[in-house]
Amino acid sequence: MNGLRLYLRYARASVRMQMLYPGAFLLLAATQFLNTLISIAAIWALFDRFGGLSGWRFAEVAVFFATANLSFGVADAINRGFDVFGPQFVKTGDFDRLLLRPRTAALQVLGFELRLTRIGRLAQALIVLVIALPLAHGDWTLAQGLSLAGAVAGGVALFSAILILQATLTFWTIDNLEAVNVVTYGGVEASQYPLDVYWRWLARFLIFIVPLGCVTYFPVVYALGRTDPLGAPQALLPFAPVVGFVFLAIALWAWSLGVRRYRSTGS
Amino acid sequence: MGPYLSLFATQFQLTLQYRTAAVAGFVTQCWWGGLKIAVLSAFFATSRATDAPIGLTQLVSYVWLAQGLLALQPWNGDPAVAAAVRTGGVALERLRPLDTYWWWYARSASTLISRALPRAALMVAFAGVALPLAGLGPWGLSPPAGLGAGLAFLVSLVLVVALAATVVMLINVLIVTTMTARGANTMVAPFVILLSGSEIPLPLLPDVLHAFLFVQPLAGVMDIPFRIYVGDLTGPMAAAGVGLQVFWTVVLALVGRRLLARAMQRLEVQGG
Repeated sequence: MNGLRLYLRYARASVRMQMLYPGAFLLLAATQFLNTLISIAAIWALFDRFGGLSGWRFAEVAVFFATANLSFGVADAINRGFDVFGPQFVKTGDFDRLLLRPRTAALQVLGFELRLTRIGRLAQALIVLVIALPLAHGDWTLAQGLSLAGAVAGGVALFSAILILQATLTFWTIDNLEAVNVVTYGGVEASQYPLDVYWRWLARFLIFIVPLGCVTYFPVVYALGRTDPLGAPQALLPFAPVVGFVFLAIALWAWSLGVRRYRSTGS
Repeated sequence: MGPYLSLFATQFQLTLQYRTAAVAGFVTQCWWGGLKIAVLSAFFATSRATDAPIGLTQLVSYVWLAQGLLALQPWNGDPAVAAAVRTGGVALERLRPLDTYWWWYARSASTLISRALPRAALMVAFAGVALPLAGLGPWGLSPPAGLGAGLAFLVSLVLVVALAATVVMLINVLIVTTMTARGANTMVAPFVILLSGSEIPLPLLPDVLHAFLFVQPLAGVMDIPFRIYVGDLTGPMAAAGVGLQVFWTVVLALVGRRLLARAMQRLEVQGG
């Protein structure tokens, strides 16, 4: 059985398990929806009061918001295993059992859970996107659409990479480092706005250190038909999400390094 | 009072042990505070900023206070109550010759304070001392608007704990009724985040909502004391704010106690 088929089987089992408790599923999905709705409502309230934000209109910021939340929603749903890796596998010593099986550890951790409740965040982000796209500007080109799709794909890759790195760190720290929330949840929050509203050092941090700016900001600026206020070369904007995949490759390499030096906590 | 106070003290010492959690929370809150302040200051660069009902310097202090005292927010029920319901330990709680409501209330209030204290101290050191020393005073936590504002803030802050604990108790009652912590914890948090002013300071929400936002109970767990601190609520308005905190604390405690008594009458004890 090849990797993909095995993963699909994992995913089916996980979905079936979550559907055993439809009430809990609906409740958690609704909460995700509500939380994301509150965020966009708060942004709307600020635009309503101040009229604009350094040259951006509400519909344009809503596209940034939707892109960031779509990316994170997907990454958060598929990488649940990496998210809880420290407390669930390293601390308990359960990772030993995974290493005994004739499949890669990464595949098995990935197959741990496909978190369906994230559908709440995804649905909300999609609604925002569908409403905001025609309001942002009237003449969408194929290149702009592809740039937007690239932003979401690159975002999924980058957020997945961050969650894999968080899991990798637990080979050394045993438990999850809560400070990683700064770049996961804090990262979504940061990339909901165009980067030029931030102080320069913060924008640089979000482009060069944790490249959230490369996967959301640059391609969305291109998709909105704007020139980059930060001055990045226009021709490169739609290709910036590639950085997300490079980051993912580095994260997977670090992960395999971590797996090799793993020492069981015992049981 | 004796048993309630000793439970309060025990829980206080217990929660204070979690120092790494406090440091991790502090790092996250610095980041969130910085982001919120960056966005607000960018909005204040627009031409309509002069019409805003509250100034940027005041909002900066509001945001740091909100991040520093985030642990006082009643987002979740008491994990010990959830465990008692799940394991059947709740039967033991009923055997104590004490009022279960106030017993749990004391523990909730204690958890809130002991979680908040180390985080608040770190935040004051960072936003109130380190940032001004680094020459970033306008981006830091300013001192209270005056001596009166400072004293009124302290009174209001004590009432935050009293009020927040009644909200935690309402979540606890919901946990007892539904036999699980999951729904109660997740459903209440979004409302608290929006109505307390954690998401964005309440004065920035549309003007038509201001009267409602002021009188609803959750303004008392964040918005009212912070606006007193920054000098946005003064004189009779500040007194009204503190009065509302007292009013809602009494009302929610009475309602919570009644609901808990009713839940206990039809309680099913699990486990064996």
